[in-house]
Parts: sequence; structure tokens; C-alpha cells
Amino acid sequence: MRIELDPTGTDAPWWVTVLAVVLAFALVGLLILLTGKDPGAVYAKMVVGAFGTSFGLTETLVKAIPLMLCGLGVSLAYRIQVWNIGAEGQFLVGAIAATAVTIYLPGLPGWLALPTMVAAGLAAGGVWGLFTALPKVLFNVNELIISLMLNYVAILGLNYVVFGPWRDPKGMNFPGTPPFTDAQSLPLFGDTRLHFGLILALVAVVLVAVFVRSTRWGYELRLIGANPEAARHAGINLNRHIVTVMLLSGGLAGVAGMAEVSGVAHKLMYGISPGYGYTAIIVAWIARLNPWGIVVSSVLFGGLIAGGYSVQSMGLPSSISSLLQGAVLFFLIAGSILGKVRVRWT
Amino acid sequence: MDEILAVDLRQITKQFGTVLANDKVDFTVRPGEIHALLGENGAGKSTVMCMLSGVYRPTSGEIRLNNQVARIHSPKDAVHLGVGMVFQNFRLVPTLTAAENIVLGESRPIWRTRRWMETKTAEIEALAERFGLGFPAGRPVWQLSVGEQQRVEIVKTLYRGANLIILDEPTSVLTPGEAEQLFATLNQLRSERKTVILTTHKLKEVMAIADRISVMRKGRMLATLDRKATDEREVARLMVGEDRLELRPRRASPPGEIVLKMDDVAVVNHGRRALDGFSMSVREGEIVGVAGVAGNGQKELAEVLAGLRTWTGEITFRSLRWKDASVRQSIEAGIGHVPENRMKSGLAGSLGAVDNLLSKSYRKPERSQWGFLRTAGNRLWSQGLVAQFDVKTAHLDAPVHQMSGGNQQKLLFAREIHHKPHLMVAVHPTQGLDVGATDGVHNLLMGLRDEGKSVLLISEDLDELLLLSDRIVVIFGGKSMGEVAREDANRERLGLMMAGVS
Repeated sequence: MRIELDPTGTDAPWWVTVLAVVLAFALVGLLILLTGKDPGAVYAKMVVGAFGTSFGLTETLVKAIPLMLCGLGVSLAYRIQVWNIGAEGQFLVGAIAATAVTIYLPGLPGWLALPTMVAAGLAAGGVWGLFTALPKVLFNVNELIISLMLNYVAILGLNYVVFGPWRDPKGMNFPGTPPFTDAQSLPLFGDTRLHFGLILALVAVVLVAVFVRSTRWGYELRLIGANPEAARHAGINLNRHIVTVMLLSGGLAGVAGMAEVSGVAHKLMYGISPGYGYTAIIVAWIARLNPWGIVVSSVLFGGLIAGGYSVQSMGLPSSISSLLQGAVLFFLIAGSILGKVRVRWT
Repeated sequence: MDEILAVDLRQITKQFGTVLANDKVDFTVRPGEIHALLGENGAGKSTVMCMLSGVYRPTSGEIRLNNQVARIHSPKDAVHLGVGMVFQNFRLVPTLTAAENIVLGESRPIWRTRRWMETKTAEIEALAERFGLGFPAGRPVWQLSVGEQQRVEIVKTLYRGANLIILDEPTSVLTPGEAEQLFATLNQLRSERKTVILTTHKLKEVMAIADRISVMRKGRMLATLDRKATDEREVARLMVGEDRLELRPRRASPPGEIVLKMDDVAVVNHGRRALDGFSMSVREGEIVGVAGVAGNGQKELAEVLAGLRTWTGEITFRSLRWKDASVRQSIEAGIGHVPENRMKSGLAGSLGAVDNLLSKSYRKPERSQWGFLRTAGNRLWSQGLVAQFDVKTAHLDAPVHQMSGGNQQKLLFAREIHHKPHLMVAVHPTQGLDVGATDGVHNLLMGLRDEGKSVLLISEDLDELLLLSDRIVVIFGGKSMGEVAREDANRERLGLMMAGVS
């Protein structure tokens, strides 16, 4: 028996993605079995908790919004083989910048407050993305390391403002800012917790989908992603694209951060992100970087998070959803590597 | 069988798929000699060496070492049999020291104390000194010069007890001074009864150092000569072969104005002067061939013209003097480029025909407007080009890596010819193509010339150059060795010039 690399380098077929999800559920099912619970019942409870009730469904969508925006952001970078794993940090600085608008410009009228906050989130996330792009293009520094490290810088920055200067004096020592006014909060759909960030995310999906498909810029990204050397021979400036893509990639995550503080928490607080920026990496890969696919995968993962809360009543920790996320990524990566390999019996 | 032979290959054949790399090769090396193995690129030298060092196994035939049938199934077997190979690209770990690299792979002892390493280092240094191979054994390999790294490789083979040392293109990475030192080492090895096989393209070096010379061409072993009984001329003729009588299609009209003029152009690549005061010119309506052994600056020449590499000196294209390197400038000035490796730098394998055809012209108003591609129009346009150039593909969106090499090349030519280049720079345009596809490419190039366009044909295939070119410029060591008109060109003359003998 011989194992060799497929010389054609074909991508793994679509069903590998489905298989990865199935295997992940099977593996975690085994772990659930070890705790003495019935995996079938646990999964049923998760599905009902995530999609079966109107509360569950809106909760799922609320979680899907940041995943969609961050996933869209990282997918842009991955298109040109820039491995941005800094969406978490870009999300946080977006949230911080949007909150800064409420702190330093409290009197902005309603029609101006939200656009300013969106712009602030976009700009801050974009700048955070640039911090990754510039060392890469100027000094050839590995973007994985910088973007990851910048996540910790952003977390510490968040902790500084919520424990320090921006802490709500009336907040009974809770590490968070004063609550936003109505003018600073994204409108909600009816009585639910679902906010207009969903519209922002869907608009972003449509824009990205149209741009990567039909514009010259999108074509250039496609060419760089498929063969950077061929792109260079076509006169495409790779460094310029790395910079603009990271600006956008970070900007989208920044908008996600803005939507989270303005639409869900209505303030900036300690631990504002349960790791949306990291989950977004899986969301992007499961969708194979396709913008429409990201809508589906972010809702799926939003459901995983929401469903994870609902199994707590069965005596299982909600971290079961983190376990599932990790397992999905594991099988997904294994699938994409094994997809390039074929086994021969000789 | 009285004489003991260090190496005795009998009827060795090696097949890679449908390609016959070695065809019934007989090859003998006497103990204690320096034996040079010569041949053009693709002649099968490296395959022979790789079979001796256990990288490949022969399809059929017998390898004998010191008159014993040898079973070399892995590089480890080769080491046990006393065969050491120094590859052209060194097999060293850059972050480990020279001494650590040499002891790498040794199985004992498990615990390597500082003391053990010190004794080993001393041992290695003594060994190196004996053969005049000085290098700082305690320093990480990445800090060593290329010449020093090569010495580490040679000492590695000696340390492992090699009696037969194989060197693949050892001087190609060395400065002239370092090459001199290497030759002194080889002489030292010979005086210690070690056997050396080396490959090289440089005839002068062969004549200076080798005891015997074997020449290969197209997978066959042609002859083994005694150095004292031969001369450069004979070896060169053997290497490149006899002239084939070809019907050379005449140029339709006399060449016109000068299109491209390069004057004293120099390119530094990794600290080496890849182009070193290179001058040439190309006129309208002619095919100028560039002949040379690989690695003499052809790649850099093509890259300069494609705008991919900065240079010093003067380049004038269509009476416009270039100021700096820019790919877009080259494309817009009308230079087509068929790169050396079509899948590496010409095409994007995972994309379809449309996206690949667009890569040079998507900025034009016919292909895009307001930053948006004219998707429907571009599809029709691609369909037209695919039909016109007879590219066979399952459908327009099928990834091009699924196409055959010939069809990929046709697609590439379709893209480059479509925007009506004034100068087409084609590098090894028929490499890996079958006879039919090769003919197709030749016809395309001659068609360009007959339209009054110019072609710069960079190739290692002398037959191809002789068949197509109106003039041939020979490049050696980044310099032009001079040019030969088609009427005066023959393989022997070109072969000598390519080997640096003018």
C-alpha cells in the first residue's frame, strides 16, 4: 500500500465537509455517552433549543450575526492565503471604538450616533487588520503570529477600559461601561433580542458576494488565491492587495464588535466576546470561503452555541458546543488534507 | 574479469511512466579515478546518479559495485555500500551546526553529551583538514557560505565512510575561487584512492580535472573517453549530437526596424550576477534564439523583459527607453511572455479557462467597465479563443490543471497572442509537449514572425533553435558569447559556445 499526494491537487469534494460535521457529532456523542447521558436525547434537546422555539431561533440568529461578519472578514483574507486569525482582536477593538463614541460624544443625535459608531468600529477593526498587514508586507513577518498576538493586546485594552477609566460608577463594581442610550442602540425586531445587526451582516454578505464574483478586484483576489506567481506575472501587486484585504477583513470584524455592544449588550463589558473571532475561522472554512455559505454556517454555529446553553438543564456543561466546534474543525482540516492524498494498493 | 571496477552498470533502464529516462545504460568507473558524466539537460545523468545513491531503483538492469552485485533500495543501502552523494541543492538543516548536520542520522549513542559532541567535532575537523576542506564545524549552517556548505556535504559523505563520492553539478553554485579549491580537494580524494563521479556542463573544468569522460544524450550512454585522448571539440560534438537535416522554413521578408535593444544589462540574483553586461537586439519580423545551458541567465533575461526583475543598464523597446521594471508596463508595451513553467507562473491551475485567459487583458475596457468584469461578454470571448486555438477542455469552467500539457500551452499562447504582442518572449515553449503539440507551438511562433512581430525564443533544445531561429545568441555566465546567423549555425559551434569556449 502506498500513500501519495494527488498530483492534480484537487480540492476535497463537498461531501467531505458534511462528513466532517457528522464525524464531529459522532465523536462528541461518544464523549456524551461516557458521562452516562443519551447522545440522541442531548442532540435533540440542542436542536430544539437552537431552532425549535422562537426564543431559541432568535438567540441562534443573535449569535450568528458576529459569526457572519467575522467569518466574512477572515474569508476575504483566506482567499488570498493570508491567514488572519485575529478576528477576535479586530472584533474587540471595533467594540471598544464604538463605545468610545458613546463615551466621548454622548450627545450625538439618533440619526448620527449609530452611523458614527459603525464607522468607528469599521475603522478600528481595519486599523487592527493593518497592524497585521503592514509588518507582513514590509518585513515579511508571519501574519499568523502577529494577528494572534494582537488578539491579546485587544483583550488587555478592553480590560483596561472596563476596569479603569470607562467603568460605570453606578455599576456596583461590575467591569462595564454605563449602558448605552436608545439612540446608541441598534433597533430590535419586535420584542425579541434580535437586532438590526442582522441587516448589516446580510448587506455585507451581498456586497462581498457581488464584489468577489464580478469585479476586477475580486478577479485579482481569485488569481492571487489560485496562484500568486501567475498573479505577479499578470502585473498584480500582491502587497497592495494584502493591505486592502486586511483592512476590510479587520473592518468587518470591527463592525461585528460594534453590533454586539450596540445591539446585544448595550454596553461594553468584560468578556464581551465568547470567542466569536475564533469560531468565525471555522465558520469561514466550513463554508469554503463562499459568502452565501457563510450565512448557512454562521447560523449553524449560532445554533450550536444557543443549543449548548439549552443542554445545561440536562446537567451537561454548555461547553459541549465548544467541544463540537473543535471537533468539526479537526475533521474539516483532516478532510482537506486527506482529500489531497490518495491510497494505492500495489 | 580481472579488473576491479568501482562502479559497473549493466543495461540499466529506468522508466518514469511513459518516459524513458535511461535506456540500457552501460557505465563503468575505475577505482580511484575522477570520472565526469556529461550531457545536456534531460540527458539522464541525474537519473543514473540517483540510482547509484538509492533515490530511485532501476526498472531493469544490474548495478555492480567493486565487482559485486549491489542491491541499492534506499539511500541507507547506498551509504552502507560506501556511496555518498552531494546533491546540487544541499541536504542540510540550516539551524543545526555543521558538525551536528554530519552526525545527523547516526543511531548511537542515545544520550549525546557535550563531551561526545566535542569528540565528534574534533574527529570531523581532522577529517576535513586531511582533505583540505576547512569550515567552521561549530557554526550553524545558515551562516556558512555556499562553498563551505558544499564542503560540509563532502565531509558528510567521507564521515559515513564513502569510497565513491558523487557530485551533481558541484561548480554551478561556486565562485571561480571556490571551484579551484574544490578541484584541489578532488585531487586529494583521488590520491587517497577515493572514486569520484561528477556531472557538469563546463567543458573546461572537465578537461582540467577528469581522468575519463562519459557522455550521455537522450537517455543513452554514447561513449566513454580518456581525457588524454580527446579534446573539447569531440566531447562537445558528442554531447549535442550531429546536425539533423531539417527543412528550415524561410523567413517571409527581411527583418525591419530594431524593436528591442539591450545594452550592458546586469541583474543580481541572490548576490550572484545572473546577467552580467548582456547586450543584444531584436528586429521586427525575426525569431532570435537564445541558446545556453540552464542557469546561465536565461531565466533572468526573460524576467527582465516581462518586467518582473530590476536591472541596471539600458533597455529600449520600440524607441522607448525603460526606466524601471513593471509588469504592467511590459504588458501594455506589447511584450508577450510564455514563462518557463506554465503551471507555476503562467496559469492558475484551479481556475477555469475564462479566468486564465483574462489575466493579461482584464483591465482593458472590452473586458471590464467601472471596475466590474463584463462576465457574459468575457465568456463569449473565451469561447471564441478556445475554439480559435483549438484548446480541448471539458468546459470553460473546468480547472485548467485537468487539461493536457499541450492544451494548457495552447491556452497560454491564446492569451498571449490575443493581445497582439510586438515581441513574444517564449521560454522552453515546447518542454514536455508531444510532437503534435510541439509543431503547433512552432507554427504559432512562425506565424507571429510572418506577421512582422518579433520572437525571442529561449530554449535548451538546439534542434528547436536551429529549426526556428533567424539568429542565435549564445548566453554563458550571464554574458553574450556572440551570435550566429542561421546560415552559419550548427550544433558543434553552438555546443562549444554554450560550454564557454568561443
